[in-house]
Amino acid sequence: MAQKSIEIINVSKSYGNNVVIENLNLYVNKGEFVTILGPSGCGKSTTLRMVAGFEIPTSGTILLNGKDITKLPPHKRPINTVFQRYALFPHLDVYDNVAFGLKLKKVPNEKRSGKLRNLTPEEIDEKVMKALKIVDLEDFENRDIATLSGGQQQRVAIARAIVMEPEILLLDEPLGALDLKMRKDMQIELKEMHKKLGITFIYVTHDQEEALTMSDTIVVMNDGVIQQIGRPNQIYDEPANAFVADFIGESNIYTGTVMGSKRVRFLNTTFTCVDEFPVNEKVDVVVRPEDIDILPKDNGLLNAKIESRIFKGIHYQYILKKGKAEIEVQSTDKFNVGEEVGISIDPDLIHIMKKEVTTNVFEGYIDKNNQVCFGDGTFMCDVTQLYEGSHLDENGYLITSDGRQIDLTDVDVVVNVGFNDITLTDNEEDGMVYGEVISSIYKGDHYQVIIRTFDNEEDYILDTEYTYNINDRVGVIINSDKIKMKLKVSNNAK
Amino acid sequence: MLNRKHLSIPYALFLLSFVVTPLVLIIVYSITTPDWNLTINNYKTVFTSDNVNTLFTSLFIAIITTIVCLLIGYPLAYLLADRQVNKSKVFVYFFVMPMWINFVLRSNATKELLDLFNINASNTTGMYICVFIAMVYDYLPFVILPLYSTMLKLDKTVIEAARDLGAKPSTVFVKTIIPLTMPGIISASTMVFMPTMCSYVITDVFSNQKLQIMGNLINQYFNAAQWNYGSAASIVLLVILFIIMRVTSNHKEVDESVGGRVW
Repeated sequence: MAQKSIEIINVSKSYGNNVVIENLNLYVNKGEFVTILGPSGCGKSTTLRMVAGFEIPTSGTILLNGKDITKLPPHKRPINTVFQRYALFPHLDVYDNVAFGLKLKKVPNEKRSGKLRNLTPEEIDEKVMKALKIVDLEDFENRDIATLSGGQQQRVAIARAIVMEPEILLLDEPLGALDLKMRKDMQIELKEMHKKLGITFIYVTHDQEEALTMSDTIVVMNDGVIQQIGRPNQIYDEPANAFVADFIGESNIYTGTVMGSKRVRFLNTTFTCVDEFPVNEKVDVVVRPEDIDILPKDNGLLNAKIESRIFKGIHYQYILKKGKAEIEVQSTDKFNVGEEVGISIDPDLIHIMKKEVTTNVFEGYIDKNNQVCFGDGTFMCDVTQLYEGSHLDENGYLITSDGRQIDLTDVDVVVNVGFNDITLTDNEEDGMVYGEVISSIYKGDHYQVIIRTFDNEEDYILDTEYTYNINDRVGVIINSDKIKMKLKVSNNAK
Repeated sequence: MLNRKHLSIPYALFLLSFVVTPLVLIIVYSITTPDWNLTINNYKTVFTSDNVNTLFTSLFIAIITTIVCLLIGYPLAYLLADRQVNKSKVFVYFFVMPMWINFVLRSNATKELLDLFNINASNTTGMYICVFIAMVYDYLPFVILPLYSTMLKLDKTVIEAARDLGAKPSTVFVKTIIPLTMPGIISASTMVFMPTMCSYVITDVFSNQKLQIMGNLINQYFNAAQWNYGSAASIVLLVILFIIMRVTSNHKEVDESVGGRVW
């Protein structure tokens, strides 16, 4: 079994009321290349800084080789960091930057056992030259830091850290400031370096490609919580949840319903899949764009229309539309925009994840009457909740607290409706939406009922004390004060 | 492109009339007799033993004042630049505020205050203590401001890097914080050192005119209408300051963007 190098146990970190890391558990094996991957603000850098010793966890323990180092100051840890913006010493030249740590380092004295001694200038010289050779910066030792390019400065920063022969090398988005070409080269070099040096690398990045290229293990983080730990191919092929799927690579994510054994329904179509889930459970379905095959019309499982085509070099990227749903597909075959095509997906390429549903979540938009359209219906709602402290003027424009006037027409929103906030009426004309009951599960003291609309097969989940039969046609009523809305945040952050 | 050379004319005129001409006049006066004959006797007079004593007294006062100002101002500026300690930045103004109060009023008030504690020029030690307290008090803002602005721009990740590479807090201070704030230290020092050699009003007030510094000497020569001697003394002072400036600015250039430099 591999030996654990660093172990993070139940670590939490908060600044005031702001919880950055929540009960983090993670271990890293000796010699492993681990990447902590996540969007900015997910707590990955804070995690790294706690391992380096710059931050002390609010609670929890960090072990290094089994010894508690939680509160050990950074200069006493055999851990070195390559900083995001290099953090080189501007008053020293390349040689002195690399030698900085060595001059402070104490090593066991061979002549007097139990005593420590400083390194001799010859030893320092030898180590510095070796480190500069590893990062390919021989003959640069007398150069001023300011005269170096970004890439060269990064190499100095790496040399300065590896010359210390740390047990763990921490890299905090070290390639973030470099251009694409340089970044790709450095990725390969870092990987080589890791192999050569054999020390543990903990690498922090928001770049999923970087993580997939270099790591032995990827830790995906979001909101201070680990989402998934796994090898790059595991993370890519079997994402643990919709967040991981969305963050790693391109993906189509749908809300599906389990129809039966290894059968899942999404895009108005029932697909065969390989995962077993309880019938009628709502699940997240993830399909990678490259896993979808485009076939001639009527030859696939469903038909969709090609909305756009972008040439990406080795393949075309298509956006297909099935009803309102978009399907992203990558294919080397050429089809024309507007063409109606068939689609098929291999059962084992449909990834199904448990969805933690606690409320109904819909994507909708505001219409010109300041009503919200979602789930095949139009509902009265209170639009002022979208902006704190705002009110409506007599013309129906929203006035924000700082006096800006906003026309809400066609603004995309995310709508939340609790299970208890939906009531049903037998007279379907009285409802704002109507549909049929597709599921009614007794949950001890109430029934959880799922209503599916006819037009776009939108599902409403609600808790009720009354019994309904499958296929009953009912109307759905939601009071305007029960509709919770938020502005939809555009998902361009990738 | 527009030729903008003409825009510099007012500044050129200013330089010519207020910097170049006076300097040339002083130099000319320093090497002539009142009858406009060339001579080096003015300098010989300046370097008589009494005057050399005055020069050393000035240097002594200037050096001690500068060191004490740095010792007090450096940690203070470091604290003021720490966002966690000084959240509103208002404390900076508290320390700089004395600068805005009338100089004569401030000096006399300080003297009265020191008298209250029985610190006065009745003996030599008391006299020097009075002078140093007054000098440090007067020039402390000039130390704090350049140091503060340098420290505001101090890259905290460089300090973290030093800690990361095994430097304990004292080593971090000596090996990174001091070198990185060197521009601020130098500009603070020059801001204090040069004026203290000449600000004879402070020494006059606080030593009851017992202590002579270069400022007194020059003042006396000019009051006695001995323009030539006065000019020679000024030139000597200028040369000394110039040499000191050259020596201090000879250190390895730190990133210019760190700022806080006056020269």
